Parts: sequence; C-alpha cells; structure tokens
Amino acid sequence: MGSDLTERLLAGDKLACARLISIVENESPGYQEKLEIVYPHTGNAHTIGVTGPPGSGKSTLTDKLAGRLADMGEKIGIVAIDPTSPFTRGAILGDRIRMAGVSDNKNVFIRSMGTRGHLGGLSKATANALVILSAYGCTYIFVETVGVGQSEIDIMRCADTTLMVLAPGLGDDIQAIKAGIMEIADVFAVNKADREGAEKTYRETMAMLDFRNDWDFKPPVCLTVAETGEGVDLLMDSLFAHKNFLSSSGKLIEKRAKKKAAHVRDIIRDRLDARVEELLTSYVPINNEGSDPYTLSESIINQIDYSKV
Amino acid sequence: MRPIRVLVAKPGLDGHDRGAKVLARAFRDAGMEVIYTGLRQTPEQITQAAVQEDVDVVAISILSGAHMHLLPRVVSLLKEEGVYDETLVLGGGVIPQEDIPLLREQGIQEIFTPGTTTTETIEFIRNNLKRELA
Repeated sequence: MGSDLTERLLAGDKLACARLISIVENESPGYQEKLEIVYPHTGNAHTIGVTGPPGSGKSTLTDKLAGRLADMGEKIGIVAIDPTSPFTRGAILGDRIRMAGVSDNKNVFIRSMGTRGHLGGLSKATANALVILSAYGCTYIFVETVGVGQSEIDIMRCADTTLMVLAPGLGDDIQAIKAGIMEIADVFAVNKADREGAEKTYRETMAMLDFRNDWDFKPPVCLTVAETGEGVDLLMDSLFAHKNFLSSSGKLIEKRAKKKAAHVRDIIRDRLDARVEELLTSYVPINNEGSDPYTLSESIINQIDYSKV
Repeated sequence: MRPIRVLVAKPGLDGHDRGAKVLARAFRDAGMEVIYTGLRQTPEQITQAAVQEDVDVVAISILSGAHMHLLPRVVSLLKEEGVYDETLVLGGGVIPQEDIPLLREQGIQEIFTPGTTTTETIEFIRNNLKRELA
C-alpha cells in the first residue's frame, strides 16, 4: 500500500497526492521513507511565494495567475496557509473561496494547511508538501500565506520567486510592514489598483526600492485589479522575467542549494527539539537546588541520547 | 493526534450561508480544520475539494430545496473518485423529515435539520469518523 501510493503519485494520481500530503504533514509512521523515495523526482516546479498583509487580495490574484498558467498547459499546485488557533487548535481555511476560478480545473491542485502551532516547523511541513506536489508533476507551485510574522518570512525561503501583494487603504504604511519581507520580495503587486490611494502605495514602493542601486534584479512593481484580471498579464510577465533571470544568472542553482540547506536545518532542529522536549518534560526544577541554571543545563544536555534522536 | 478535517460546502444557487458559517466556527472551536468552500459550488467543485484536501467529513448545507438532487450527486462523485468509503457525508439545512430516509439510502450518513445544536453535530462527527485519527 505504501509503495503503491508513491508509485501512483509519480504517475500523477490526484488522490495519492492528497493522501501523501496528509501523511507528511501529520508525520505519520513511514513518512520519511516516502519523502526519500519521491525526492529524486522533484526539481521541475518553479515555486512562487505569495505574501502580503491580510486583505490585499493574495488568493484572488493567485487564482487568476494559476488560471492563466493552467490555460498555457502548465500543471499548478497551490498551498494556502491560514492561522490555526493556539487555543482550540482548530482553523478556518478559507482561501479556496477566492479560488473558485480554478477549483475544478483538472490541472490545478489546491491544498489548504493550518499553521498548527508549528512555529519553526511550519516551514518544514510546507517544504515536505512541496516535495509531494513537485513529484506529482507540478510545473508551478504557489505558496500563499499572510506575511506578518517571522514564520511567514521563513516560509518564503521555500520559494524561487517571492511575490509581495500590497493594497491601498489597509491602514498600513509601507514602513509599517516588516522590513524582512520587503527585502525578500522579488516582484511587487499593488492590487486593488482601482481604489483611492493606489498611486501613493505604488510611489512609496518605488521610492523604497530606489534606496538601493546594487540590484542584480530590481523588483518590478505591477498595478493589478485581481477581481477583474486587469494587470494580471503584465504581472505574469514580471514573474517570468524573474524566473528567466534566475536561470540565466545561475542564481537558481544557488537558491535551490540554499533551500535544501534550510530544509536540512529545519529537519535537524525539529528532531533535536523533540528529543530535548522529552528530556525537559521529565525534568522537575527544585527551587532550593544549589546549582545555577548553567550547571543544571549542562547536566541535562549531557543526557541527550543521540541514538534516540 | 491529527485534527479532523471538514469540508463545509454550499452547493447550487442557495445564498444563505449564515448557518454554514456558524457551523464552521463551531467546528474550528472544537479543534477541527475547516475548509469552507463558499457559495455556489457545483457537485464537481465540492468533490474536487474533498479529494485534494483529504477531508474526513463533507458537510453540505442546503436551504434551497435542491437537496434530493445535489446530495446524492455529491455522493456518487465521491464514489467515482474512490474516497466515499473513508468520508463521512452529512447534510444540513432545510430538509423535510420525509426526505431523510431516502437521503440516508442514497449514502448520506445523517441529516441535521434546523434546531440541531452544534454540540450534537460535533459529537456525531467524533463518534462516526470512518478513518483513524492516529
């Protein structure tokens, strides 16, 4: 049954893809072996990270971009990430609502994921889902998440091209948005460009980009109205321009190597973390202990059994 | 233990989504991951979402009266995709009592009419899942 699933995935079976994404997300028994089997079949998917403040129209824009690419014969994967409640551990994963255009297109696979309190582990869960989608045969994969925190910036490390979607009148000035995200964006879209304030947002973005003059690829800023599709063709041109820049400059190879290194780091951190967690749950601090925190930590660290990691 | 994944779907031309949204929020508060499809979904769109999202439950809300056509159609599509046996299919909304036995025969496990509490619905799901949560 197990090898059956990976075989079916590589043959393009949609249900096998869905089931394997669940297996790797849940880290079900045997999930690592399955990833090892399919990993050699990855590498053909260009991954586009879509981020930006809530309400900027990321899902609507992703729907339009995915639709255009699917019409061109590409096989599209979309991973839409929404926050899990830290209290109830439940989540409303509502990005599919805005993707009605492609939701029954047989060349588009959409998967919704909750953050599940992963913190750092979310980028690992996302990276593993991307391995499955790539082995499934996707040529383009969109990873969509709200860009307001460090873990969301981390997720963008899985992307080849990062698209930052802004919109006027959301109450945020460009300056208020985390500097880290602005620095990793390769392409900008000022969406809802038919609204008041769009020109200002556009000008502020361009001005911010003018602060640097050592760009090897200066991020284009596109005006879009995702609802109507206006400007989407020019945005696609910008995304293709970045993709072509990556291949022709050799940067793609460099980026993929960094991605793999980041993935390895996430896996190692997660496994060590789990082992340390186990040790710490059995550690009961006694207030009157003579030792300082440093000596106490040393003795616990010395108890880590690497054969159990 | 992994969370239960539920697809809350509104098929056809029915524009009343308050009930579906109340249910979606209750499921979230009960620790479930809820994929809410929005309005005006075709049975094909609902089935594709159920397959891609690998859900445990498909909860269909209909207040338009088209339940005798739409609900069995979703069941037959889920069977075609090979996921029906592992999916709990539920219906809710304005569905007359006399239609319920017919719908059960067609493969909808249970129908929840107005007045059912969200607690009852959540308990039913927890007790009737067709797959392990391990």
